[in-house]
Formats: sequence, structure tokens, C-alpha cells
Amino acid sequence: MTTCDFAVVGGGLVGSAIAYGLAKAGHRVSLLDEGDVAYRASRGNFGLVWVQGKGLEIPSYSQWSMSSASLWPSLSDELRELTGVTTQHQAPGGVHLCYSRKEMELRQRDLTLLAEATGGQFDFAMLDHEQLREMIPEIGESVTGASWSRWDGHANPLYLLRGLHAGFLRCGGTFLPGSKVQRVHQNGASFVIEREGERVLAERVVLAAGLGNRHLAPQVGLHAPLIPNRGEILVTERMRPLLNLPTTYLRQTGEGSILMGDSHEDVGFDEGTETPVLSNIAQRAVRALPALANTRVVRTWGALRVMTPDGYPLYQASLSHPGAFVACCHSGVTLAAAHAKRLAPWIAGDSLPSEIAPFTAERFDVQTVIPA
Amino acid sequence: MKTHDLMILGSGPAGMAAAATAVAHGITAVVVDEQPAAGGQIYRSIESTPIKERRILGDDYWHGKALVDGLNDPRIDYRPGTTLWQLTRKLEVGLLQGEQASMVRARHVILAHGAMERPFPIPGWTLPGVMTAGSGQILLKSAGLAPSAPVVLAGCGPLLLLLAVQYLRAGIPIAALLDTTPAGQYRDALSLLPGALRNPRTLLKGVGLLAELRRAGVRHVRHVTALEAEGEGRLEGIRWQCGNDSEWHHLSTPLLLLHQGVVPNTQVTRALDCTHDWDERQLAWQPRRDNWLATDVEGIAVAGDAGGIVGAKGSAMQGQLAGLGAAIALGRVSEEKIHKEVKQLRRDLARETAIRPFLDVLYRPAAHWRLPEDDTLVCRCEEVTAGEIRRMAEQGCRGPNQTKSFTRCGMGPCQGRMCGITVSELLADANGQSVAETGYYRLRPPFKPITLGQLATAAEDAAG
Amino acid sequence: MFKRLSLPEASAQQTVNVYFDGRQVTAQDGDTIAAALLSAGIDACRTTPVSGSPRGPYCMMGVCFECLIEVNDIPNVQGCQVLVKEGMQIRSQNGARRLG
Repeated sequence: MTTCDFAVVGGGLVGSAIAYGLAKAGHRVSLLDEGDVAYRASRGNFGLVWVQGKGLEIPSYSQWSMSSASLWPSLSDELRELTGVTTQHQAPGGVHLCYSRKEMELRQRDLTLLAEATGGQFDFAMLDHEQLREMIPEIGESVTGASWSRWDGHANPLYLLRGLHAGFLRCGGTFLPGSKVQRVHQNGASFVIEREGERVLAERVVLAAGLGNRHLAPQVGLHAPLIPNRGEILVTERMRPLLNLPTTYLRQTGEGSILMGDSHEDVGFDEGTETPVLSNIAQRAVRALPALANTRVVRTWGALRVMTPDGYPLYQASLSHPGAFVACCHSGVTLAAAHAKRLAPWIAGDSLPSEIAPFTAERFDVQTVIPA
Repeated sequence: MKTHDLMILGSGPAGMAAAATAVAHGITAVVVDEQPAAGGQIYRSIESTPIKERRILGDDYWHGKALVDGLNDPRIDYRPGTTLWQLTRKLEVGLLQGEQASMVRARHVILAHGAMERPFPIPGWTLPGVMTAGSGQILLKSAGLAPSAPVVLAGCGPLLLLLAVQYLRAGIPIAALLDTTPAGQYRDALSLLPGALRNPRTLLKGVGLLAELRRAGVRHVRHVTALEAEGEGRLEGIRWQCGNDSEWHHLSTPLLLLHQGVVPNTQVTRALDCTHDWDERQLAWQPRRDNWLATDVEGIAVAGDAGGIVGAKGSAMQGQLAGLGAAIALGRVSEEKIHKEVKQLRRDLARETAIRPFLDVLYRPAAHWRLPEDDTLVCRCEEVTAGEIRRMAEQGCRGPNQTKSFTRCGMGPCQGRMCGITVSELLADANGQSVAETGYYRLRPPFKPITLGQLATAAEDAAG
Repeated sequence: MFKRLSLPEASAQQTVNVYFDGRQVTAQDGDTIAAALLSAGIDACRTTPVSGSPRGPYCMMGVCFECLIEVNDIPNVQGCQVLVKEGMQIRSQNGARRLG
């Protein structure tokens, strides 16, 4: 039986970042992960390190995102030095495209409120078509303009995960892949984590199992009402550099492929792809960059986002089972740095980061509207 | 969206036989193939080959002519030069013909995609000048092109011997046939000889090929245990070792043709999430099928080598069986009515394929040909080495999907066709797991690249 | 590396002229681009976007995606899947493709 200070359940972007942060701080950490075929939101992540537009309902989420964005470069450098893995992180700013005057006005209004709510920490600019064209020469005629923020960027989510795993191992972490955790229960002041014929004993346990948290959270007196939300992605053949900065649903990766996405479907646990959705994504991409019409899609993907009822994260320490935590979100790339450098210390005993105070499950007891 | 009763994907022996059978039961079959002409690979270019002298390509090749002629039946809607880019579990079919993408529906689908070469990763295998034996056959049949300098053939399996003999008959000099069939494998295969004897024609054919090569004095190097392709920017020569001997033998050559058997092309069945089994004797994945060749996705059957290697004649018989299955599924005939015909067909199929275990064991590539050294490229598209795959296993990757997301192996244009089996075997070996447990890449459409513009309009057509 | 077999029907095959990186290649009607290039002694048709290594046709049946070339300004075309047409402008596919 493995014994450790911290057991982190879930080797996706959230679990790995937390586990890495804890291991780096010198704790004995076990990271438990399922097998090769599992619901892996990481594999469907678009790769944005994104701030603008986040937190419209709960502004502290904007602050949490900005904190993470600020810490991202140091996480990236650290992982490269420690493991040789490059996350391909770039922060040239990012744009949210608008297709009408009305859209521009609404966007400006929303982001202005956000800027005010964050005391000016979040800032942005509205770009008209000409200004946008200077940044993206190939931009389509029908794009009215965009909102731009210096806070935005992108990275390779898969290399990030690889780097976090490798970094975790480098820092002495124990990786336990291969099967699903079935049960977590307390044994005195410790926790016993059980799965197929194996038990892990830990002082503290962090549930970062994505959609799996729904069943695990109640076992430690927590509540994680998560809903799968499918996103589909199109990937093109490799292209020479043509897109300098990321947009919310279109970006060029470090390899040169164009990635397109940002679809939302309520299809339960189906990770497949639907032709009308893929086609919509293609249409939108061609509208944004008409010159892409003749580029070939070589791969498509579908993956399930880990969505809370209002789309904001869930971070909570159990009261009935002290030492047990739950952590879920659907922005595992953006928040990776905050998870490694600010959430992990909290889990290890530091005070709660003020930005995440609203993100407990109690808020779900109040009727909330899921943001469009 | 237009709905067709039956769509057959692939116009090799299985697809053509399925079409002929379907038509005999009054079904309008739509037959789709990305090649410009029918025949699949085994009967490739049979209508247009410049090699008219029957003796060169052999009787087995020309046997396919009748099937190809059968596609002229006006009741068959045959569409060459049409690529399949999508097939869903709801039997929505995405087609690409020229620049035109479209979507249609089918009530019943028979997949007859055939086989592809087993990967043969050796040092230097990506050098220009290293190709497959299959490519040599294609160039011969379709364009009358043959090696200009004495050619080196390497590997094992009936197709390699067949190509050697075809070259011989066409007057093409063979520098050497480097045979990787392991020592003792003939002995191992002997126990399966009784099965082989049920198909004496095929057995004797193989024996005959070897005899022909021997009579012609072709340099047949046996028990090759190591092989490397060398050169700067292109193939210049090769070196090899035999048995346990550490001496390297060299040969200069501008062309090396590799072959170590064929495996089912499972690209489409994988994307459909059909259940697949790893066949340890054939060392390949096969979609699981019932005795009507139906997969576990309703309405989709697989006939021919795409379901498990059975050879050209066996593929045609399976095509017939799948065609009959389609006729039953579409209500054109009752099972009782064709009971005798099916019984005979199953008997014929069993006899035709009885030799397979013998061939599978005889030509089973040794482990080290499937588990290359660390420096050898495994994923050609993304240039990932065997060593990197093993490193991922060390870091806890238990299967190809995590490995793929970490290294990009399998993410290139070929979508894992060239590396998939190797990666699964490497991970299984490194993790001490079975290949079945290790699994394979999760795949999704498009099966072949399609432009954004085409994708945008195809679905529009479908909705409209 | 490859030559045409001298066959009795050879004269009946029509020649087709195409251009590879500006150089004229005499092919036969019915050749795929990849076959035509090989018949002219061209065994490398591209460099990879990953490392710039030279690659050429490998499987000739549309599986390996090694025979990528640019045809009449369209990049990343599988040479073994397209038949030659008189006057075709074929260029080696060097690295990642350009837009357009």
C-alpha cells in the first residue's frame, strides 16, 4: 500500500498542476490516474490562456484568471528547465471577433464592466476592422472588429500536461496510472483511496477527477454537480505562420496547424463528432479567415468539458472530512499556473486565495442562469 | 439527404463480389472507391495494365477480370475516384469526388477496404528509395514500371515472393531477396500443414514460387535478423546480419522494397468505435463480426481483408456472404430461402481460408522486426522514435492515446496508419501488458483530408 | 530507379508532359504523378515540416502520405492519388504548406 502526504485523484490538467505544485514544494505526492481510454478533457482543450470575457457574473474569476496568466511564463520556464518539455506558451494578446456593430457594442459594454469591477486591472481595447486587419492581415471582410486584450495568449495543452507529468516525476512524485478510483474514505486522520485491488493511504486527498468528481465528492462530504459539455475541434494540415495571435475559436499552433473549435453541445457522455457541428466550426473559420477555405482538415476531435451549473470553477475544502478537497474547472490550461502556484499551497495549508472564495458548491443552491 | 439501400465501400474482390450478389437480389448497390478504377490492390489496373502478357502477372491476377467486368452491370452505381471521408454510426456517409463533397445516407453498409502493409520500421526506412513491395507491384501493374537496377527485396510473406517472381518473368534482375522468415518457423508451421492441405492450390502456388526463384538462381539470403537502410538524403545501400552472426553484409542499391505481410485497414471501423480484437496469430487488429460479417454497429458489415486477412479468393467469398446478409437485412430474401447457398458458401470459405493459420505462423514477423531499436523512427509523419515511445511508457503512459497526446505520434496526415500497430506493440512490450489490453488510437473522421470549404458545404447540402 | 518495361503495347500508350520544379517530365497517360516522378528518376518529392528531411513515395496506395507535392498551386496533394494531365505544374512540397 502506497503512503503519502497528498493523494491527488485525476491526472488531467487540474490534477497534474496541483500534484506538481505540491511535489515541487517538497511534499510526498501520489497522482492517481485512469487508463489510456478515459474522459480526458485535456485532450479536447483548445489551448487558450485566456482572460478577456471571463468573470462577467463573478469578477473575482477574472482576477483569478489574470493571476494565472501572470504566473504562466514562470510555470512554462520552470517546466522547460526541469523536464525539457516546451509548452509553446505565447502571450501576444488575443482577440474576440465580432460580426456586427451590435455585437461590438455589447462586447464593449461587458468588458468595460469587467474592467471597472476589477479596478482597472483587466484592460482591453476595441479594434475596428482596419485595426484588426493590421494584426491579422487575412481577416475576412465580414468581421466588423474585435475586442483585444494583452492578457490573452495560448499554449499547447498536451505538452503542458506532458510537462506537468514529467515535472511531477522529477520532483519525486509517484504516478499511479491504470485504473479508476472507486472509493475514498477516512481512516482516523488519514484517507484511504481504493481502486481495483489497490489502496493508497494519504494525509490529505484532492479530488481532481473531472466528471468523476460527481461520484467521489459525496464520499468526502462535498458536492460536485458537474455536467458534461461537448466541444469539438478541427485541426488542419501544418501551415506556414499566418496567424499571429489567437482568437477564441481559431488559432495557429506551434506546429503550424490551424485549430478551430468553441462549440458547445449537450450530448451526455458522447465524445464523438457530429458533422453539422464540425461544419459549423468550418463555416465560422472560413468567415473569419476566408483564405482558409482550401486548407485541409486532417483531424477532428470531441471531448467533454467539466462544467459546473454556472461554468465557474469549484474549489472547496471539506468540513466533514478535513483534509479532503475538490477542484474542478473547464479552463485547465489558463488556470494551470494558479493551480500549481496558488491552489497547491492552499491545499498544503496556506490561506485561501481571496479570488476563489466564491467558488464553493453552496452557490449552486441558489438558482443561477448558465451564461450563454 | 439522399438515402441509398446499400453502399459498398471498396471495389476490390470483396466489394465487387458483394455488389454482384446484391444486384442478383434486386438491390441497387452504390460502390465507392477512391482509386480511378476497380480491382482494389490485388487486381489493380486490371483493365488498363500495359502488361498484357498473362504469364508475367500470373493467373491469379487475371482471375479478377470477371469480377471487375461484373461492375458494368447497369444496376450497380459504381463511383470510382470517390473518397470516403466520413461514416457515422447512424450510417451517414460523407463522400468526396474531385472537389465536390457531399453527404448521403445508407440503410446498409458493407465495408470492403482491404488491407495495408504491416509497418516495417528499420533504420533508414524513411529514406527516398525505400518503398514497399506493394508499391513495386502497383507500379508494375498500373504503369509497367520496374526497377532499373538490380533490386533488393526484403522481408517475408507470399506477396514478397510473388513480386520477386513477377519481376523475374518480366526480365528484371533481382540483386537479392533478404528473407526475414525466422529459422525454425517452417518447423513451427508444419503442425498446421493439415489445414494448409485443404487448400492445396494455394499451398502449391507458394512452393512453386520458391522453386521458380531457386531455378533462376536468385540470391536468396535466409534468416536475416537485422537490416538497415543507409545513405545521405536518399538510399545508397543496405546492410544486414544473418542468424546470430554479428558480421554485417553490405550491398549498394538505389531501391529497397520492404514487405512483412499485410494487416486489415481498420481506419473506418475504429472511427465507428466498433469493437476490435487483437489476433495474436495474425498480429493484427480485427473488427469483431458475427457469422454474417456484421460488426457491432447496426447496419455495418465488413467483408474481405479489412476484417482479417483471408486473401483475394476468401475476400470475394466474404463479399458474397455480406451481400447475402445485406439482402436479408433489406428484406429482399429470407434466410430460409438461401439456406443451402449460404451453407455451401460457408463450406467453401472454410476450405479457402484453412491455409491461413499455416501462412500466419510461417510468415509471422519475429518480435524484433515489430519492436524496433530506440533510434528507429516509428511515426514517420511526426518523426517520433521507438525510444520516445518507450520513454513515455516509463513515464506512465499505458496506452497509445496518452502517448499520442504527449509525443504527437499518430497525429500526422496518415492518422496512425503507418505507426499504430507498432506503437501498440511497443507500449504493450514496455508495460508488460498484452496488446489487447494496451489498445489502439481513438480515431475520428475525416478518414482522408477534406478542406474547410468542402466540409462547410457538405453538411449544408445534407441539411438542405 | 524505375524504368518502363519494353512491352509490345508500349507504343499505344500516350505520352503526357508535366513539369516538376520547372523541369519537364515525360509521363504516360494513366500514370499517377508519383509514378511519373519515379519513372523520371525523381525519388524525393518533399521535405518534412518537422525536420526538413527528404521524403518520397513509399506505399503508392494513399496510406502513407509521403508523396505530397504541390499541383497547379494546390499544396499537399497525394501524388499517388492523382493522374497526370498534360501541362501539369508540379512542385516539391517543402515543409509546411502556404495559405492559398
